Amino acid sequence: MFDLVSFIPRAVVQSIPLLLGSTGETLTEKSGNLNLGIPGVMYVGGICGVIGAFLYEQSVASAEEMNAFLAIGIPMLACLLGSLVMGLIYCLLTVTLRANQNVTGLALTTFGVGFGNFFGGSLIKLTGSDVPSIALSATSSFFSRALPFADDLGWFGQIFLSYGFLAYLAIAIALVTAYVLKHTRVGLHLRAVGESPATADAAGINVGRYKYVSTCIGSMIAGLGGLYYVMDYACGVWSNDAFGDRGWLAIALVIFTIWRPNVGIFASMLFGGLYILYLYIPAGMNLSVKELYKMLPYIVTIVVLVITSMRNKRENQPPAHLGLSYFREER
Amino acid sequence: MNKQNQFHIVKRGAMPWYFGWLVRGIAIVLALLVSAAVTTILTGEDPLQVYATIFHGAFGTKRKAWMLGQNMAILLCVSLAVTPAFKMRFWNIGGEGQVLMGGLATAACMICLGDKLPNAVLILIMVIASIAAGAVWGVIPAIFKAKWNTNETLFTLMMNYVATQLVAFFVIVWEVPKGAGKIGIINQTTEAGWLPVIGGQKYLLNILVVAILTVAMHIYLKYSKHGYELTVVGESERTASYVGIKVEKVIIRTMLLSGAICGIAGLLLVGGTDHTVTTTIAGGRGFTAVMVSWLAKFDPLVMIFTSFLLVFLDRGAGEISTVFGLNHSFADILTGIILFFIIGSEFFINYKLSFHKAGKEEKHV
Repeated sequence: MFDLVSFIPRAVVQSIPLLLGSTGETLTEKSGNLNLGIPGVMYVGGICGVIGAFLYEQSVASAEEMNAFLAIGIPMLACLLGSLVMGLIYCLLTVTLRANQNVTGLALTTFGVGFGNFFGGSLIKLTGSDVPSIALSATSSFFSRALPFADDLGWFGQIFLSYGFLAYLAIAIALVTAYVLKHTRVGLHLRAVGESPATADAAGINVGRYKYVSTCIGSMIAGLGGLYYVMDYACGVWSNDAFGDRGWLAIALVIFTIWRPNVGIFASMLFGGLYILYLYIPAGMNLSVKELYKMLPYIVTIVVLVITSMRNKRENQPPAHLGLSYFREER
Repeated sequence: MNKQNQFHIVKRGAMPWYFGWLVRGIAIVLALLVSAAVTTILTGEDPLQVYATIFHGAFGTKRKAWMLGQNMAILLCVSLAVTPAFKMRFWNIGGEGQVLMGGLATAACMICLGDKLPNAVLILIMVIASIAAGAVWGVIPAIFKAKWNTNETLFTLMMNYVATQLVAFFVIVWEVPKGAGKIGIINQTTEAGWLPVIGGQKYLLNILVVAILTVAMHIYLKYSKHGYELTVVGESERTASYVGIKVEKVIIRTMLLSGAICGIAGLLLVGGTDHTVTTTIAGGRGFTAVMVSWLAKFDPLVMIFTSFLLVFLDRGAGEISTVFGLNHSFADILTGIILFFIIGSEFFINYKLSFHKAGKEEKHV
């Protein structure tokens, strides 16, 4: 029997990094920047959070003395700073120096994944501490603390209330982003920059500033996805390459949701479900079939990509200037 | 005048050919200085020692030099594959998946036909199968791009993961022994389907094949009608259809070629050196190849140099991590830093800043 009460929470937990990543990438793409560095940004966000938490845990004598505010604040600040720097590198190269966005993004991913795995593998040696592995269970317990009455409400509590605060924050960020993009003047300007920077420029909008701000905020949101993964999902244990290809899946999700973060909330849960579906499908002794089930999120994305391009509706298209850099004097 | 208008950016006119290389050279030197600084901060070694270690890692022993040649050959092969697509402005970042499919097809032939056919016939079938598998994987996104303008960057990217899972599936189907989770060396005793070893050097064949491919690709892009057509399509699809080039046909044909060469890379990896297949056999080369090709401005002969640069750094930084007991991902950090510098340097090749000096005439820098 398919156990929905255990399946849904696991799907949701899987979905949060994807949701944060795709919200960040949507915001970025709306400004016309196709940031293929998001997988790298998410790694950097995760590892910076780990470094922050690791240093804090090392500096206090025991887990009981940890201050809840600092235990959450320090990793979060470190994560935001790390992903901000990644966003700035991307903007400096593509907006100011007008480099090719695909190449810059891939370089950023190489760098970010390397950065994450390097510090994940060498943090203990570099800081000269004597712990066997990075297991930040104390910090993680602050991040993954569920709402207090979740346990008393049976299946309802398990499905809706059993997550750490970052999960609810992710949904809030997605809703706010959707609102800002669609219903505010700033959002209108941002979309103008993504669709036709020359027109936006002529209308007096500072194209460079909009691109910088949206890409950097987008990176910071995506970075939080990495933080959520390590601190909540993985219980504070960093293992190299464990984050896997979720960053790419987040980029796929942007297309799946046709650039709408509010749709992303449910779409990411669907993806999260597809991601772990193989665990719930009775394959018997035949382990190989499970590998085929893991293809599902990617195949679904391809199908959506193909269908949206076939239907060719104007409101479902990518920002017209996506992937191109803007030079005012270009004719 | 407000502060923003103190300088503005203009495109450079034609510069002598060496100017671009001069700027890139300066960028690489700066990048190496920064890399050494980062390494010194993390390991406490003096920078000269760091450079020596990088050099030793790449060329230190005969075996290391051959490994460098092998890695360079495979990376160059994948880069050659993606180049015609890029010239056409078709962002094929699915090289990874196309290599995997080529490798998978090779392994399938070796496993299923290993003892049933004479070796020469088997190798011929392997070559055809790997080329076909890579080409099919490449042409699927191309067909959708040609017919419905489906975004190829994301399509090819997703195809990578479908290929990875397909390989993971067959690895479990063919695993030896059952439950091991890997295939192990295929046909270890009979060596059926192993590509021949030339001159006693395991990697020489791969290097020669890729060298021939490089020259062929250079000629194809520069002197053939196909090469001209795909360049026109890349510059402007409208111009292309106006002068009577069938854009759809060019896109599909070019991606068949692109995928086919990726398939050859898979063949060389599985049939030539590794004699096994895993999900990580392509090792991220599909993505690195994008940068190799772009850095060389899509010129196959220059790609020999850019692929050398990236492999040299990777092997060198790998040595640093071994010697100083750091994680191997250190290589990726150094590669990233150097790429940032080279990518940034393109700006100074194509544009110049001109400063306004309070009412006087413009001064160019």
